[in-house]
Amino acid sequence: MSQSACCQGAALSEILTDDQRNALDAIIAEHRNSPADLISVLHEAQELVGYLPQEVQVRVAEGLGVPISEVYGVVTFYSLFATRPRGKFKISLCNGTACYVRGAPRVLDRLERELGVKPGDTSADGLFSLDVVRCLGACGLGPVMTVNADVHARLKPDRLGGLLDGYRRTEGQ
Amino acid sequence: MNSIALTIDGRPVKAAPGTTVLEAAATLGINIPTLCYLKDVNELGSCRICMVDVKGARTLQAACVTPVAEGMEVATSTPRTLRARRTNLELILSDHPQECLTCIRNQNCELQALAEAMGLRESPYEGKMSCHPEDWSTPSLARNPAKCVLCRRCVSVCQKVQGVHAIQTMERGFDTVVAPAFHLPLGEVACVLCGQCSLVCPTGAIHERSQVEEVWAALADPGRHVVVQTAPATRVSLGEEFGMVPGSIVTGKLVAALRRLGFDRVFDTDFTADLTIMEEGYELIRRLKEGGALPLFTSCSPGWIKFVEHFYPKLLPNLSTCKSPQQMFGALAKTYYADKAGIPPDRVYVVSIMPCTAKKFEAVRPEMNVGGTRDVDAVLTTRELGRMLREAGVDFAALPEEDYDRPFGISTGAAAIFGATGGVMEAALRTAYEVVTGKALGNLNIETVRGLEGIKEVSIDLDGLTLKAAVAHGLGNARRLVELVARGETDYHFIEIMCCPGGCIGGGGQSIPTDAEIRQRRMDAIYTVDERMTIRKSHENPAVLTLYEEFLGEPLGLRSHELLHTHYQPRSLYPGRRESK
Repeated sequence: MSQSACCQGAALSEILTDDQRNALDAIIAEHRNSPADLISVLHEAQELVGYLPQEVQVRVAEGLGVPISEVYGVVTFYSLFATRPRGKFKISLCNGTACYVRGAPRVLDRLERELGVKPGDTSADGLFSLDVVRCLGACGLGPVMTVNADVHARLKPDRLGGLLDGYRRTEGQ
Repeated sequence: MNSIALTIDGRPVKAAPGTTVLEAAATLGINIPTLCYLKDVNELGSCRICMVDVKGARTLQAACVTPVAEGMEVATSTPRTLRARRTNLELILSDHPQECLTCIRNQNCELQALAEAMGLRESPYEGKMSCHPEDWSTPSLARNPAKCVLCRRCVSVCQKVQGVHAIQTMERGFDTVVAPAFHLPLGEVACVLCGQCSLVCPTGAIHERSQVEEVWAALADPGRHVVVQTAPATRVSLGEEFGMVPGSIVTGKLVAALRRLGFDRVFDTDFTADLTIMEEGYELIRRLKEGGALPLFTSCSPGWIKFVEHFYPKLLPNLSTCKSPQQMFGALAKTYYADKAGIPPDRVYVVSIMPCTAKKFEAVRPEMNVGGTRDVDAVLTTRELGRMLREAGVDFAALPEEDYDRPFGISTGAAAIFGATGGVMEAALRTAYEVVTGKALGNLNIETVRGLEGIKEVSIDLDGLTLKAAVAHGLGNARRLVELVARGETDYHFIEIMCCPGGCIGGGGQSIPTDAEIRQRRMDAIYTVDERMTIRKSHENPAVLTLYEEFLGEPLGLRSHELLHTHYQPRSLYPGRRESK
């Protein structure tokens, strides 16, 4: 995340819709000046917007009375928070020890090539975002990845193309 | 309080509950090496250098965060602890550029000193190096995260001591980096440029932005008339750059040293500190008598000014409109002095020797000019002057004591104490009392405003009017006081704020190390300087009186307004916002 995160512009562009902004302000209002609620507010905000753009982080910082540096520190620390839009299909590939020894790096390689993205990024068509995570708790089935709520086990690089096409087709319908 | 008995390296020792193994060992003369530890500020145990063996513990313990316990048996230098420390240091060095020879902290680096003390002779771990861009976005400070060891001292001092929260640890794992929000450059966030981070950084990851080269160039330029001013606090700290004990008073040597470097005139910021007392004192009296925003806040400390602009813009009308002594000096050097000396103002080049990194920012503020000419051309911190003098081969300890040039070298004890928290208040009260009451002040030492207490109060009877005043140093303390003022819970008339802990003697541009004991010694020295002065009240400075006679007219007069007073602007608290709420 760190390399490309440096390139975020300085200007605070307003990208939320009015509805989103009102809903976000309602969430914040419930936690006004409660710095301890930061993580749960960020969580709700991400549910609402899909990710945590700068505008959201600043509104949360201001509303909860938390320094913006701390908000950004928390957002970048926890992998569940995203600072860029996520794809319609969120791929989380496990690279825990078991999956690693069972070939997760080769799966990752192929996913990067198929989607044209690096971990943390979203494909140009906005369909897929790719993340590498630690243990998903299915070590016996490794390498494992999830696409949204679907679990895919015993992945083989050569079958990934078909698997992704399946999702593309559901999108086309 | 029951004391706890334990043994360290087989020697019995007693310590108060809550004492750490590190502190208990120090009482036995055992200095366990540390890196991230900074007493009272950063006690995290994150660097794992101070590992010790505690009998019965499953693993080695970090001495800086392990409290003593009854019957505890600690071994500090066993093969196991030494190996662990060395390995941990080698791992830190495996992601640290090996550029010591060209680093700004060469020979004043805690990482380098540790590597020397532990006798490291190779870097056995090779691997990926973290890569983060350097940040030269401010005139005061520069960041080079590649040299960061993630000790978090800077983060702690910025948050806990200063309450500014400009920087934080971002990302996680190998990507972890100390940075402002959104990885923005420091110049684009609410940083006050106090430089306390640079004072506590063990390496060269954050440091003052040097103007040494510009000053060398000016000195070498025959077309320039280069004058220099020295801030009060620098005369009690520069000696440390040359191995002298903290608190050494080196005023005369400082003057001699600057002459050796080739400055055409060596003047004193103390002169304009006295002038500040006149202008600010009359401003206070005017606001008391004729109305105006109260309490009046002092405006000498540029970090404090920027803090108000970012965090409390509503209080801007309460700031004194007086420029700081540094800027008053520059403005007068290019007008009154240039005229008197018969030198065209555009040939006069003003250099300041300051204990402060924020002064560099202050000097380039667009409003700090007279008719388009900047008041001050270059600002050197105490550390930069130390480097210049070493480069020039000046044998500082052997220098004679010399006197400042006239007329801007004439000053009082009241000006000297501007360098310590409470000093501006004490100087102001000495003058206010005598000017308002017409009576002589018996005891000039106003002890209640001295010392390292975070917030101090004083009230003084001025012929029927009880003047209530307060003093705070360190922005964390300042914020506590300002919150009370903002909520309308106080009835102070006058408040002195200095941005850095201890005041300017603890400024972000001072010698490294600067810790609580060193601050105290410098502070003691400042009051000694005051005691030794013949004149100790600003309104009795003969050169200031002459200046009013010949040039300014009267305090708050037309010329003062034009040259010595300024204005402020609200600044954004959040990136991208034009100003704060």
